[in-house]
Amino acid sequence: MRVTRRIFSASRAGIDAASKTVSKHVTTQRPRPYSTHPPKARLNVPTDFSTTPLLAHRSQSALQNEELSPEARNGTTQQMNLFQSINDALSIALASDDSALLFGEDVAFGGVFRCSMNLAEKYGSDRVFNTPLSEQGILGFAIGAAAEGATAVAEIQFADYVYPAFDQLVNEAAKFRYRDGEAGRNVGGLTVRMPCGGVGHGALYHSQSPESLFTHIPGLRVIMPRSPIQAKGLLLSAIASKDPCVFMEPKALYRAAVEQVPTAPYTLPLSKAEVLSEGSDLTIVSYGHPLYTCSSAIEKAEKDFGVSIELIDLRTVYPWDKECVLKSVRKTGRCLVVHESMVNAGIGAEVAASIQEDKETFLRLESPVSRVAGWSIHMGLLYERFNIPDVARVYDTIKSTLEY
Amino acid sequence: SLSQKAGAAEVCFPGAVNSKFTNAMTFEYPSTYPAIPTYRCTSPEGNIIDPTVSLPSHGLALMMYENMLKVSIMDIVMFEAQRQGRLSFYMTSQGEEGTCVGSASALEDGDVIFSQYREAGVFMQRGFTFPEFMNQLFANKNDIGKGRNMPVHYGSKALNIHTISSPLATQIPHAAGAAYAIKMQDRQNPGSKPRVAVCYFGEGAASEGDFHAALNIAATRSCPVIFICRNNGYAISTPTLEQYRGDGIASRGTGYGIDTIRVDGNDIWAVREVTKRARELALKDGGRPVLIEAMSYRISHHSTSDDSFAYRARVEVEDWKRRDNPITRLRKYLENNGLWNDEKEAETRKQLRSAFLKAFSDAEKVKKPSLRSMFEDIYEDLTPEIRAQMKELKGILERYPEEYDITEFEGGKES
Repeated sequence: MRVTRRIFSASRAGIDAASKTVSKHVTTQRPRPYSTHPPKARLNVPTDFSTTPLLAHRSQSALQNEELSPEARNGTTQQMNLFQSINDALSIALASDDSALLFGEDVAFGGVFRCSMNLAEKYGSDRVFNTPLSEQGILGFAIGAAAEGATAVAEIQFADYVYPAFDQLVNEAAKFRYRDGEAGRNVGGLTVRMPCGGVGHGALYHSQSPESLFTHIPGLRVIMPRSPIQAKGLLLSAIASKDPCVFMEPKALYRAAVEQVPTAPYTLPLSKAEVLSEGSDLTIVSYGHPLYTCSSAIEKAEKDFGVSIELIDLRTVYPWDKECVLKSVRKTGRCLVVHESMVNAGIGAEVAASIQEDKETFLRLESPVSRVAGWSIHMGLLYERFNIPDVARVYDTIKSTLEY
Repeated sequence: SLSQKAGAAEVCFPGAVNSKFTNAMTFEYPSTYPAIPTYRCTSPEGNIIDPTVSLPSHGLALMMYENMLKVSIMDIVMFEAQRQGRLSFYMTSQGEEGTCVGSASALEDGDVIFSQYREAGVFMQRGFTFPEFMNQLFANKNDIGKGRNMPVHYGSKALNIHTISSPLATQIPHAAGAAYAIKMQDRQNPGSKPRVAVCYFGEGAASEGDFHAALNIAATRSCPVIFICRNNGYAISTPTLEQYRGDGIASRGTGYGIDTIRVDGNDIWAVREVTKRARELALKDGGRPVLIEAMSYRISHHSTSDDSFAYRARVEVEDWKRRDNPITRLRKYLENNGLWNDEKEAETRKQLRSAFLKAFSDAEKVKKPSLRSMFEDIYEDLTPEIRAQMKELKGILERYPEEYDITEFEGGKES
């Protein structure tokens, strides 16, 4: 575990040194030894993050967001990628709350993904610090600190390495308020951040998205943002939340997703989905990185089939905004759920079951609810692009759902 | 900087900065190290054998003796009550009353305590009352835990003792984190009295990964925390010989860079003295962890679900009970000082027993918490999903009234 992590972070550091500015395009000049796309591809072309409608490319569009506070809407914006917006949120949390602590493996020098850059210098090594290499220790320590009133923001270096801390999350963090009863202590001050998802070459232990394992645990809030604006607002909400939160950061977006982010502090609501585009013929439910895939597939499908598709970002995958999804599916009669992690017992299973379980929605269904997700396999190094849902697979399922 | 100076006599590796080179190859054999000694200041006859020890006032000594008696009276009755099916589960702490009452007496009220489950003496010494114990054990509507936890999983915010949870050792890193948080708070409030966190666990729990994680992080982050290991010889049926091969738990402390001591857990004054000193150490120079290994013997069965004579000889248990027991040793000390006699013993036992039995019968009669409590406190607020499920359960209770007995729950199905 240690060795792979070292290799991985070293390669990130290399990229860091090479480019001081944020790259606007994911496409590279020289051929890469992994995850290339065929020259004639029409569907499976890489996301162009500089044009995607999911990101606010101009200050004006960022500030139009009605979920923002009036102060944020009347403020300014700054171009940030995902790791920079997370850094901004962490800095705001540390500045506004004396009890806030930020810790994990290699957090002090800025983190292997640069999310905690300059924070130790700014807020002191007593508040931003490295821990020994022990996930159960990090989580146990965080729970104890939160139980005594601290705001504890813990980092697990990769979601793939959260399992040693599973007992602490499931049996301790999630159940803390419940078992304390009238004593009233809780670990609401706890937020656990973890990079997740595929990145093209992460293989078995630098690619996982274990969110559905957490959604089976009452007591935790599980959040995954799709963009820098969302990441800042949702992370500040997670930190302020009185419930323990698992905040999952799609690591492929750390540098790729760049947008104009309001500079003022602001929060975005938890357990509330967002309708990203309205449509009448099909609902696509997703969260995190695959939303870009869905957006590209929708663009092609709408053009090819002359239909209109509604895209919903769950944002919080548990407790999730069931009402938003049901309302949309009652309107469109068709639904497709897309996620990176394995299809078996994934978020899609919960969404699909909830749709068929709701009498009113069930009667409006025109076709079975489909799931486009990772296969029920592990993420082998060479096979990632065949495993993670791509535009072709989403497009194909849109097609078959509409033709049903 | 740890970089090597040209011509220096020895290399300085960053991972072990003071290690000298040697050309004599020698393994470190644990067998060549003498076992860490066990500190004791009171002889089995109740005489003080370490004249430097600071003894408590007679009043406090009597109060501590009474608290040990209270625990042992509660243990005997509740063990039987469980056998009669009046509560689902119980765990006694026979043989470990001295470790718990002695250490708790050396702490300040603000100190934050985490315990495993065999620390009734800590609760008692801090002021947890018979009715509070009974409400928890009977899971009635006055139970702070709202009837959610198994018996013996006590907790008290007023006494700064965190609620007990069953998973072993999970509370050890909590104590490290809590210690760090209170250190930061105390530092931000210069007028406040500095506090420590205290964590109890058994020698079996010390085999869990969380023990390792906790001691290591407590040391690297300089946390003012006292780890108190109750080494009573058994983890359910597993004797220490199958639990570890090193010199108990104490020998591990120094490996983490933690100040460590082993103490006779049956000697309440030794435990008190050691804990007092540990508290001072823990607060010194900005804070640090301290490890105390208190040696004792688990006289009782592991729990009411265990018959310990299946794995150890009855005679061994009887021997410990008679030969070396924290309660009798303190009684001898009190008698030696003219503070106690048979008459006082009989009278006190009678009084405590009747106070206890009153709390017992009162608590048994109280209704259970509302059914609503089952759904609350999962999150700060009820989620729409949980609200819908509450409604669903209510519908079931209404449609199948014969299938459920909800009369003992406060407010019935309307709650």
